[in-house]
Amino acid sequence: MSAVPKKIKEIQFGLISPKEFRKMSVTRVITADTYDDDGFPIEMGLMDPKMGVIDPGLRCKTCGGRAGECPGHFGHVELIAPVVHVGFAKLIRKILRATCRDCGALLLDSNQKKQYLEQIRMLRKIGQPIEDITNEAFKEARKPKTCQYCGARQLDVKVEKPSTYVEKDGTHEHKLMASDIRSRFEKISNDDIEVMGMDPSKARPEWTIMTVLPVPPVTMRPSITLESGQRSEDDLTHKLVDIIRINQRFQENREAGAPQLIIEDLWELLQYHVTTFIDNAVSGVPPARHRSGRPLKTLSQRLKGKEGRFRGSLSGKRVNFSARTVISPDPNLSISEVGVPLSMAMELSIPVNVTKRNLEEVREFIKRGPDNHPGANYVIRDDNRRLKVTDKNCEELAETLELGWKVDRQLKNGDIILFNRQPSLHRMSIMAHEVKVLPHKTFRLNPAVCPPYNADFDGDEMNMHVLQTEEARAEAKMLIHVQENILSPRFGGPIIGGIHDHISGMYMLTKGDNRVDKNDFLEMLRKSRITEIVEPAGEEDGKPYWTGKNVFSQILPDGLNMTYKALLCENCDTCKKEDCNRDAYVTIRDGQLLSGTIDEKAVGAFKGLILDRIVKDYTPAVALQFIDDMTRLAIRSIMHFGFSFGINDEDIPDEASAQISELLEEAEMRVMDFIIAFNEENLEPLPGRTVAETLELRIMQELGKARDATGEIAGKYLGLDNTAVIMAVSGARGSMLNLTQMAGCVGQQAVRGERIRRGYAGRTLSNFNHGDLGAAAHGFVKSSYKKGLSPTEYFFHAIGGREGLVDTAVRTSQSGYLQRRLVNALQDLEVQYDGTVRDTRGMVVQFKYGEDGVDPMKSDYSRPQTIRRIIEDVIGKEVE
Amino acid sequence: MAVSQKTIDEMTENLPLPQNLVDALRSDLQKVDVTKKQLEDIIERALESYEYARIAPCEAAGVVSAQSIGEPGTQMTMRTFHYAGVAEINVTLGLPRLIEIVDARKNPSTPMMTIYLTEEYANDRDMARKLAWDIEATHIKHVGSLSTDLTEMLLEIELNEKAIIQRGLTAEEIAEKLEDELGVTVVTEKNILTIRPENESYRELLQLSKNAESVIIKGVKAINRVVISKDDIIDEYVMYTEGSALKHVLVFDGVDTTRTSTNNVNEVYEVFGIEAARNSIIKEATDTLREQGLTVDVRHIMLVSDIMTVDGEVKAIGRHGISGEKASVLARAAFEVTVSHLLDAGLRGDVDELKGVTENVIVGQPIKLGTGHIKLMATKKT
Repeated sequence: MSAVPKKIKEIQFGLISPKEFRKMSVTRVITADTYDDDGFPIEMGLMDPKMGVIDPGLRCKTCGGRAGECPGHFGHVELIAPVVHVGFAKLIRKILRATCRDCGALLLDSNQKKQYLEQIRMLRKIGQPIEDITNEAFKEARKPKTCQYCGARQLDVKVEKPSTYVEKDGTHEHKLMASDIRSRFEKISNDDIEVMGMDPSKARPEWTIMTVLPVPPVTMRPSITLESGQRSEDDLTHKLVDIIRINQRFQENREAGAPQLIIEDLWELLQYHVTTFIDNAVSGVPPARHRSGRPLKTLSQRLKGKEGRFRGSLSGKRVNFSARTVISPDPNLSISEVGVPLSMAMELSIPVNVTKRNLEEVREFIKRGPDNHPGANYVIRDDNRRLKVTDKNCEELAETLELGWKVDRQLKNGDIILFNRQPSLHRMSIMAHEVKVLPHKTFRLNPAVCPPYNADFDGDEMNMHVLQTEEARAEAKMLIHVQENILSPRFGGPIIGGIHDHISGMYMLTKGDNRVDKNDFLEMLRKSRITEIVEPAGEEDGKPYWTGKNVFSQILPDGLNMTYKALLCENCDTCKKEDCNRDAYVTIRDGQLLSGTIDEKAVGAFKGLILDRIVKDYTPAVALQFIDDMTRLAIRSIMHFGFSFGINDEDIPDEASAQISELLEEAEMRVMDFIIAFNEENLEPLPGRTVAETLELRIMQELGKARDATGEIAGKYLGLDNTAVIMAVSGARGSMLNLTQMAGCVGQQAVRGERIRRGYAGRTLSNFNHGDLGAAAHGFVKSSYKKGLSPTEYFFHAIGGREGLVDTAVRTSQSGYLQRRLVNALQDLEVQYDGTVRDTRGMVVQFKYGEDGVDPMKSDYSRPQTIRRIIEDVIGKEVE
Repeated sequence: MAVSQKTIDEMTENLPLPQNLVDALRSDLQKVDVTKKQLEDIIERALESYEYARIAPCEAAGVVSAQSIGEPGTQMTMRTFHYAGVAEINVTLGLPRLIEIVDARKNPSTPMMTIYLTEEYANDRDMARKLAWDIEATHIKHVGSLSTDLTEMLLEIELNEKAIIQRGLTAEEIAEKLEDELGVTVVTEKNILTIRPENESYRELLQLSKNAESVIIKGVKAINRVVISKDDIIDEYVMYTEGSALKHVLVFDGVDTTRTSTNNVNEVYEVFGIEAARNSIIKEATDTLREQGLTVDVRHIMLVSDIMTVDGEVKAIGRHGISGEKASVLARAAFEVTVSHLLDAGLRGDVDELKGVTENVIVGQPIKLGTGHIKLMATKKT
């Protein structure tokens, strides 16, 4: 079996010295060519097989590994003249200014050095940043005009562009070549280096000037063969070709004794190529481009940003055993299930160890082959050979199956998988579900689990991950399973619950005194766990009947007691309790709904009080069962009563329309009055506001009131039986405002909270008079959506609507970044066994989590009300 | 047979319960008679209930908190301006405000103070009004009109008598203040102040007029407006200010220094210290979320606030604060400004000890958090 996996304890960072690098390099690269005419890599070329192989069939000349096995090895180029590493350009400048140009000493007196050194060592020990100290040291060391040690006069060092340094002596300027800088740096003592914030054993300043250029392994810059058979090289290879060519030309010129000017030009060119090889986005340097004009992606660009190595390949990785497709609803599934397309189930597999206990079972999978659903795809023998199960060999493989082998069995019903929808904003965005293999091509899920994923079915796609180890499955089942996530840790309430039709259905079933006969009673509860029929509530025309409340009570767990006011409660001055005329006073005794209507506040996601109590007083499993039963009952009940919604549901009688237009006219009159008062300068300003602002506020207020009033009229005429009203009142979908806009009046359109003012000079549109302050001229939409908008109204409405669109677009990016920052800052925090919260280094952030050590998800068990409940329970009577 | 108050006190003392539960227990027990047996029972069940509610060790409390605050961000509105408390003062709300808080901005976009008053001021509108005039920054434009006379080459300020009296000033005082601030001589003639520039040049005259406009005759510089309103709940006058200068406002007589506060966290930190800043962050974040109708448990906000203030200074969440000061090179490189973190690490010869979450994800090792923290191994029975 495999060896014990090695554990990385720490990673040491440092600069690499030319000496060390030559030692670890497998080959020197001297020619810029890659492949010869036969298509074989040239020795000591850029594709030298010593640096690793990418073509299948070839073997690495260093380690003997095949493509895929050999990780690649570095080569090197001997640079004819040293060049500056761009990343350290700033540091080089600082060091040049802080050290003696003659003896290389740091220009601080020994006391200062000692002091800084102590501070730096101290900070390093406690793991604090040392930048402040080293920056101060650099600043101080820049001041002296002569060296304290050798007395040499110091010159001012100027920097040009990214990496050219010029020494200035009066008016005379002298360019510092990289080789000069390097020889200066070589003289700096180890102690001085430490004061500058570097570790001399890991990074000496002269190593920031390169004399040897590392050539990354071939595996890091694979060339691709196009369809035409032509090879296309990687950006890095292109860049390396440039460097080697210039390097060669440089050498030839120097050996030929070319004039200094040419040498310097070539040197600069070499510097340019090495610079862009490292970072192709340095300011002041034109980016190196591909033939097509696209800037090359060089080393820095590979690491940086969202798709870079760090965030794109290391922090987030692509995985096997995952699937993605469109989601669609299936109310008949349990909320903990997910419908998986058959074709996916046959492709995805779970490894099973063959043991004495499951030998026969596994054998059965293999016998079924790969094309016969719960079959097997691969067999892994004990010598780690992987055999594909095919139609032809399945019988034979099943026969030869031995203990200790592994079998990749296809996904089947009941398997635990992880299900995820992006953006994964909270932990409920990934939950464990049980597989239910179904025909067709979409994932199916119960609409009640949509809220935590924030999913809908307008084309959303979701991902599935199949767990491969027993530990992972156990963990998923105990921690990530849907039923363990009914409560949100954000506020400790249920986040899974009824939505849309579930709420309408429950509302229609339980509102008032619905009566159903035996057939309907059975039909509604058919899909729930209820198998027994209860005593009827009474008899009507000789037939037994049950009330809607009876039906709902069947799915409530026994022993549940609650009293609360439903969403449709109007907060009357004196509550009539059970005799509420809106049936809003909910009482449940011993699992029987005695009065009240079930609505969003009872079973809805985010709010559901009944749900909340069931999860907390019973077990998550009971709650899961309840949600399943409730959603199924609701769907059947809504089908029983019938529910539709169409354009003529907003029809209001003529008298209502007349009332509405009268009301709006009156409002417009009042607005005119304000405007007249304003023009006559009779308008009293509100404190702290100008008169013009006051007018705007007053008009907005007046028109807002008018719109609400139209809504009330519309609502009154539509009545409580209107389906739109049912949805709004029960909290299933929409609001009375939506209804107002459909049937009454759309109302004022606003941009940034103000009436619309933009457009032409002094007016919004050319059909209005200059300076018209009236309602219509500034975006008040009098019509309803049902009636239809006039052209100007339509235009204003589009203006208001656009603001909303822009808002959402901006918000998602902003809140996404906020989330990333928060998670990044807090991710290392963990509650310890002693109740403290510490980061992974052991620094205490809180001595007791949340000051009381209570889990927000279970905070209901640690409230003063809980204490009262306990006392009442023990002494058997109520505390005053 | 009911137990005495003394026994209740004794038995509820030193219970390993949070203070609010102990208080609730005691006050509820006072209202009823319980026997010793019942009391023991109650205490036992209370402890049991609390124990159940305790957060589990190894819980990744940080990530949960971060998600709990970040996730509602998507549901927040962008609407920057809204009216808080009093209709007259604009305050940034919603997502921009939340971002401002976690960024620990030195200068929030809409600083605002709530000034509570001491007893004799709090119930007297006139006293409060007078204090408000003292606090609010008074400029020339508030007390009169300023004009430049180009023919005579002088600056003329015509004071509004009503405004002066209202603000408790006299023409002489204003003149004196202007002389002090501008270094010029002011000629006072009834309610008209005239100032002559030293040299007769248009430039100087215009400059002088500009300078005169910016002189603060009275009040605190940063406070642009003070609004007094009666708080119905506590039944007293409270002042709300646009602009914030906690340090300068607290010295006024009549300002209740125990309750007065500002929405600028950094100012709270400078005046009252880090603990106050921590509470201020909690309060501001809670208020912002509540205003949007989002419920987030305080414990999450506390944790964010704590990590921002744990080092003794208010640090931002992000590159320039907590994330930028992490010990791990890899964690910093994976967050933002990847390359420079790596280069600097090389120079310093840093060592990444791979203790955090991101580092271990990067190198492909199990993270030491949650279930990954548990080190249990079964010994094989032989």
